[in-house]
Amino acid sequence: MERNLAHIALFAALIAALGLIPKFTLAFGVPITAQSMGVMLCGTILGAKRGALAVLLFLVLVALGLPLLAGGRGGLGVFASPSVGFLIGWPIAAFVTGLIVERWNAPILPVATSAAILGGVSVLYVFGILGMAYMLDKTIPAAGALSLSFIPGDLVKAIATGLITAGLARTRPASILSRG
Amino acid sequence: MKLAILSAATVALFALQDPAWLALSLVGAAALVVSGGWRFTRSALRSLRILIPFLLLVAAWHGVTGEFEAGLVVALRLLAALTLANFVTMTTRLTDMVAVAAVLLAPLRRLGFSTRAFELSIALVMRFTPAIAQKGGRLAEAWRARSVRRVGWQIVMPLAATALDDADQVAEALRARGGVDPT
Repeated sequence: MERNLAHIALFAALIAALGLIPKFTLAFGVPITAQSMGVMLCGTILGAKRGALAVLLFLVLVALGLPLLAGGRGGLGVFASPSVGFLIGWPIAAFVTGLIVERWNAPILPVATSAAILGGVSVLYVFGILGMAYMLDKTIPAAGALSLSFIPGDLVKAIATGLITAGLARTRPASILSRG
Repeated sequence: MKLAILSAATVALFALQDPAWLALSLVGAAALVVSGGWRFTRSALRSLRILIPFLLLVAAWHGVTGEFEAGLVVALRLLAALTLANFVTMTTRLTDMVAVAAVLLAPLRRLGFSTRAFELSIALVMRFTPAIAQKGGRLAEAWRARSVRRVGWQIVMPLAATALDDADQVAEALRARGGVDPT
């Protein structure tokens, strides 16, 4: 109980911290925030349930008004902005990512990478695009076209998530709780 | 109370289709904000900046398709909803928000669930976010001291490892002090 709680809280703090440290520049010079990578890591490292709870806890704190989202945003306003779908999709993305890592028994690097792509990108964009279509009053294909430009960056983040998870699994096998 | 009004107003904003009414509600929301004084207004405007890319997109989209009124409706609705939500956040102290959360959680407590775990984890996140961010900053410095390349995603792995270590320590500390639910 205490261990689960501490992991959930510390990973929620990790997501927040990833939004606070200055932007990373990934390969190809795409400047992006690492925050959505934190969401993927919650799934691959903590597993489905704990990962989703960690993301949910983070969102509760954002809704309460703490400026934890990348760029120092927070408060109820972000839930009235066009990107609300992505926020709602975050815990579900972490859950799906964690579920795949838990259930798919294969070497961790390909599993974590494809889990991050399926959960952290595909599932996330379904929610993000639906949310954007609703908020901007567009058709779903139109909203999809608008979010296309962010997909390459997120794919890179998913690959980085796979590498980080595999690195942790190699150096400290006990830390990958989703495989515990 | 304010939160209930905000939810009702946001639902209403999405039901409204007439640009005139939407413009009127935007003026109303803006009037609320301006009543808070000059500095208040300025920081409210700053928080609206995240909408700029979306507004440009909407403008471009409807400029091409020629449906100006529909574009205006979307833009006005977004502006009004965001202004109002920010107004509520800016005029509500964090302690009051936490109090609202506690009220919302009260029925759960009556059903026998403990909300202590939730309250405890909120406190933990607030305490450890700056700590982890600081460690991230130090990792980035160490990277810069050794490499000419820019700081990359690689530092996230040791960062996640420190978060895991901290979690283990916190778990032990909690258990040593009687656990989440001391009875």
